Amino acid sequence: MADLSPSPVAPSAPPSAAPGLAWRRLQRNWLSVTALALIVLMMLAAILAGWVAPYEPDATDAEAALQAPTLHHWLGTDIYGRDLLSRIIHAAQVDLAVAFGATAVALVIGCSIGVVAGLYRGIVDLMIMRCVDSVMAFPAFILAMAITAALGNSVGNVLIAIALTQIPNYLRLIRGEIFRIREMEYADAARVVGNPAWRIMFIHLLPNALPPIIVQATLAMGYALLTMAALSFIGLGIQPPQSEWGSMTAEGAQYIVTGEWWLFLFPGLAIVLMVLSFNLIGDSLRDFLDPRMRGIR
Amino acid sequence: MAFLGYFLRRLSLVIPTLVGVTIITFTLTYVLPGNPAVVKAGPLVSPEMVKELEKEMGLDQPAWVQYWRYISGVLRGDLGQSSSTGRPVLQDFKQRLPATLELTLASLLIALVIGIPLGVQSAVHRDTMIDHVGRIVGVAGVAMPTFWTGLLALYLFFYLLGVAPPPLGRLGAGIEPPQAITGLYVIDSLLTGNWTALGSSLHQLMLPAFTLGLSVMAPIARMVRSTMLEILESDYIKAAWAAGIPRRRVIYGDALANAMIPVVTILGIVFGFLMAGNAVVESVFAWPGIGNYAITSLMTKDSGPIQSFVLFVALLYVLVNFVIDILYGLIDPRIRLE
Repeated sequence: MADLSPSPVAPSAPPSAAPGLAWRRLQRNWLSVTALALIVLMMLAAILAGWVAPYEPDATDAEAALQAPTLHHWLGTDIYGRDLLSRIIHAAQVDLAVAFGATAVALVIGCSIGVVAGLYRGIVDLMIMRCVDSVMAFPAFILAMAITAALGNSVGNVLIAIALTQIPNYLRLIRGEIFRIREMEYADAARVVGNPAWRIMFIHLLPNALPPIIVQATLAMGYALLTMAALSFIGLGIQPPQSEWGSMTAEGAQYIVTGEWWLFLFPGLAIVLMVLSFNLIGDSLRDFLDPRMRGIR
Repeated sequence: MAFLGYFLRRLSLVIPTLVGVTIITFTLTYVLPGNPAVVKAGPLVSPEMVKELEKEMGLDQPAWVQYWRYISGVLRGDLGQSSSTGRPVLQDFKQRLPATLELTLASLLIALVIGIPLGVQSAVHRDTMIDHVGRIVGVAGVAMPTFWTGLLALYLFFYLLGVAPPPLGRLGAGIEPPQAITGLYVIDSLLTGNWTALGSSLHQLMLPAFTLGLSVMAPIARMVRSTMLEILESDYIKAAWAAGIPRRRVIYGDALANAMIPVVTILGIVFGFLMAGNAVVESVFAWPGIGNYAITSLMTKDSGPIQSFVLFVALLYVLVNFVIDILYGLIDPRIRLE
């Protein structure tokens, strides 16, 4: 319950030392390093899918249909003989791109509105916060589902839907940070020596509000991946010929009753690994960047 | 009278939120998905006919007039018509709600019954095996997509081990539902002493409830653990140890009672997770609840049930959070003064 009693005297880590320190601590933590390596590996595989994937994702091979994992097809094949590993690698492009895109859009929009709310306070802040309350009155996944259903099935609309449900998190976070930081002595000092408001905001306040934003964005990556997968699992967003982890799992689900386990297992496993990695990194980033959280967990 | 003031302040926050929620659902229903008149008329009509239909449906009116009609409809319980079942959405909802309720409550029960002791034990035996197990459950529970957990459970317990029934609804083949009292099959069959239906409904409920329960177990265990850690350090617990009060009573009596206060506050979040997970789990296990109804409607592009489902979930979510806030104010008097 650290947020209930924010002590106004708790010093933030000096920003200049944070990245180097964070990097050294990260090196000591092998779990985070593994997670980071997995993410980098998956991103490289997605970017270089054309070279890395052993087969074309859509290449059918009737001879090799519905094979369990073999030396030729490491993760097996589906009913058309398409190589599952190649499809998972190609699917990573869509999944990671949407997750990054949605997170970036939400971060930029959320922070901008949050700064406005934090700066102007009063009626502007009140109006913005009532809108935020309304958006947050929906469970995020349900809202994303409704938005995608209303906008229509496309990858872009899934990205918009996920971003819209994420905006309030950044907005509230940065608004709270600005309210907290502007009362601190160094902000007062900056004001007293005659800095204009915009300079205080961008040079003094925002950099100090960054750490929690970075943590939030990392954790949001995992959330975005899960939402996207769940949306396409229920048939929203990505359409069949395009491969995506959630829709691949949905296709694989039909083969459970006949025992072809690899078809649902591996695409889902890709989601789990990626979400797990982003969550682990987010958690350890929080430990490095936010001294107040240290030792609580 | 601090409590009355607290209650009224909370209520004054809920009302604008409710208006905001309905504006959002209204926008999603009537403004965004292309032109509802075109959707309703189908692709093979002339622009004049679309114009006429628009007039008929009131789509040529200003937005606030349309919004007012939408709200008064919702208040009268008119959620529109489902084009796939051909019945009013509200009627379809009433029929399917007990299934969703049964699944949600069972999952919540499982999550609490496993999550709370897990959190307590992790805190008491900090940095031992059980703490690590708890952490793994926590981390994995959050990272696994609910639909995937469900499929994994189906593969293991239905296909491989054969101990779970096929995912085909609330009762096994050929078993009559118990006499309807609450609509929850487990409770109804208990009340009427219908043991066949009880066995079958529990059997059918097992996998979906565990799947959904697992997804919310993590936040509960984590919250219990971190508050227990704080409380176990406090002076009154140390005094209890020193007084020689039995270990179990200190941990599960004195410490846990206080640790439950923050747990109540995250029940709102947990409820949100449950509602979101519900839709997906219901579709994996062909559970005939409102989430499954909404998702089936997605396939047929039947927008009435989808948007009503979203509105319904949001209203319920606001209500649940309001009740939790009030409960919190009742339990912890300090909150009322904030």
